[in-house]
Amino acid sequence: MVERTPILDTLTYVFLMAGICIVGFPIFYAIVAATLPIEEVAKVPMPLVPGDQFLVNMRAAWEQGNLGRQLLNSFVMASGITIGKIVVSMLGAFSIVYFDYRFRKVAFAAVFCTLMLPVEVRILPTYEIAANIFGPVQWMIDTLHLNRLMAWWFGNDFEIALEWSLLDSYSGLILPLVASATCTFLFRQFFLTVPEELCEAAKLDGASAMMFFRKILLPLSVTNIAALVVIEFVYGWNQYLWPLLITTDPDMTTAVIGLQELIPQIDDVPLWNVALSGALIVMLPPILVVLFMQRWFVKGLVEREK
Amino acid sequence: MVKRSIFKSRTLPYLLITPQVIVTLTFFYWPAAQGLLQSLMLSDPFGQRSRFVWFDNFIRIFSDQLYLKSIGITLGFSLATALTAITLGLFIASMANRALRAKAVIRTMLIWPYAVAPAISGILWLFLLHPSFGVVAFFLKRRLGIDWNPVLNGNDALVMVVLASAWKQISYNFVFFMAGMQAVPHSLIEAAAMDGAGPFRRFWAITFPLLSPTLFFLMVMNIIYAFFETFGVIHTVTQGGPGGATTTLVYKVYQDGFIGLNLGSSAAQSVVLMALIIMITVLQFRYVERKVQYTM
Repeated sequence: MVERTPILDTLTYVFLMAGICIVGFPIFYAIVAATLPIEEVAKVPMPLVPGDQFLVNMRAAWEQGNLGRQLLNSFVMASGITIGKIVVSMLGAFSIVYFDYRFRKVAFAAVFCTLMLPVEVRILPTYEIAANIFGPVQWMIDTLHLNRLMAWWFGNDFEIALEWSLLDSYSGLILPLVASATCTFLFRQFFLTVPEELCEAAKLDGASAMMFFRKILLPLSVTNIAALVVIEFVYGWNQYLWPLLITTDPDMTTAVIGLQELIPQIDDVPLWNVALSGALIVMLPPILVVLFMQRWFVKGLVEREK
Repeated sequence: MVKRSIFKSRTLPYLLITPQVIVTLTFFYWPAAQGLLQSLMLSDPFGQRSRFVWFDNFIRIFSDQLYLKSIGITLGFSLATALTAITLGLFIASMANRALRAKAVIRTMLIWPYAVAPAISGILWLFLLHPSFGVVAFFLKRRLGIDWNPVLNGNDALVMVVLASAWKQISYNFVFFMAGMQAVPHSLIEAAAMDGAGPFRRFWAITFPLLSPTLFFLMVMNIIYAFFETFGVIHTVTQGGPGGATTTLVYKVYQDGFIGLNLGSSAAQSVVLMALIIMITVLQFRYVERKVQYTM
């Protein structure tokens, strides 16, 4: 520090501790509640000394909330989105930065503009397309009267009806979320800072584009990828609106959505200990990812938004 | 921008960008176009018949008292959430930045709420503020004599969702303010100290102005967050109630469209939201780099 300010320094730590306590209190309180039997939780105010019912509550939450299956779904969805986003946007950025072709700028602009179309502003139409992914093709067939054309061509009745529903499926949970303007942008920015000499040298040595991508660009991008893995995993795990829309089968929904079932309603037995146990289980995986990959997380968060 | 040294291929670049383009077209542009079209149509709930009605849907939503009320709620909710989260984030970050020891531990203790889903944050706060079981509610009632009941009282419910939404966002703001403060040149702070400026003066005269781009950026991001990502909080905690007091615009689109199957109105509301986010994004890109930057 610049000067000695003992009083202010003490105050700093006091405020910091207060801040940490305020930020941590909801979780602390939930942990305590998760260890208590129902009679204790229903007391107001609830005792702040942990009880011994932790495992019992955890098991109750696990069974009532169908958590085993739903945690698996959450995991598949979060990893699918993470991997999908990174692969799709890395290839896209490679194409945009290392090639020159006619639609390059258009493609980049089109990807970039998806920033302005979050799922929240196109709820129903996106649901419709997920219900039948061939909707646009079908529409084209219908408007061009291809059916009639075919019927005329082949001389008998002919109908094309395409349908493939993504509802209640992993592909439906994952696919619509794998396009990412921010990831593409991040990789583009990063590729632009990669020295030109590397590419020139690779070309002199006779490396093909994909060889350059695999042997040079990919290893260079490892820290960026790690950073994105943290951010996108958390993003995928915590998705709410999209899984709520396209899953109706309790076996296909995600853990965050499934928790809703555990919250005690007005007339129920107030099983808050079970509900909070469930909440703790479901929030743990992304928290662990963030804590263990903290360095990349901070880097990813700050750089992603540039 | 493109590299000086590039690869030449007729098909490869197209192949590489194809997945991105396909996903973008199917799940972003096609639905957006459908939404625009639907907002100009009047359809029956099963989508069987529809009629072109120009801007009737828009006229209808803007003369709907509930919709206008929802706009007000959304604005109030977003501003309150953003300001709470930013103020606390800035405060904690400025304290953490002064701390000499245990910086890594402090950071660790403060960033993890970022990983908590908004919906789960809602559950945690619902338990704290629950009118019959919540400890905070208990103290508000017994000690301060406030009749706190977010299940029945609209304002209380709004305060509850603001707290649940802002809590999680404090960590996000904290990370950015920390990064911003670490980028402030140490020489400036030292020079100011030499000129006799105390810690507070230094903060307000140097650190804070230099943080203004961060502050502006966070303002935009927090408002976007409050607008769109807090759906989970509202859906788990209040379901838009009581009496529509926490029905934000996004929740209303969901309610009218997905639950109420009022396709035209929901589409028109989506288009309004789309216009809004386009405005915010354009604003962000035009001003974030230019206006609020103090170059040295």
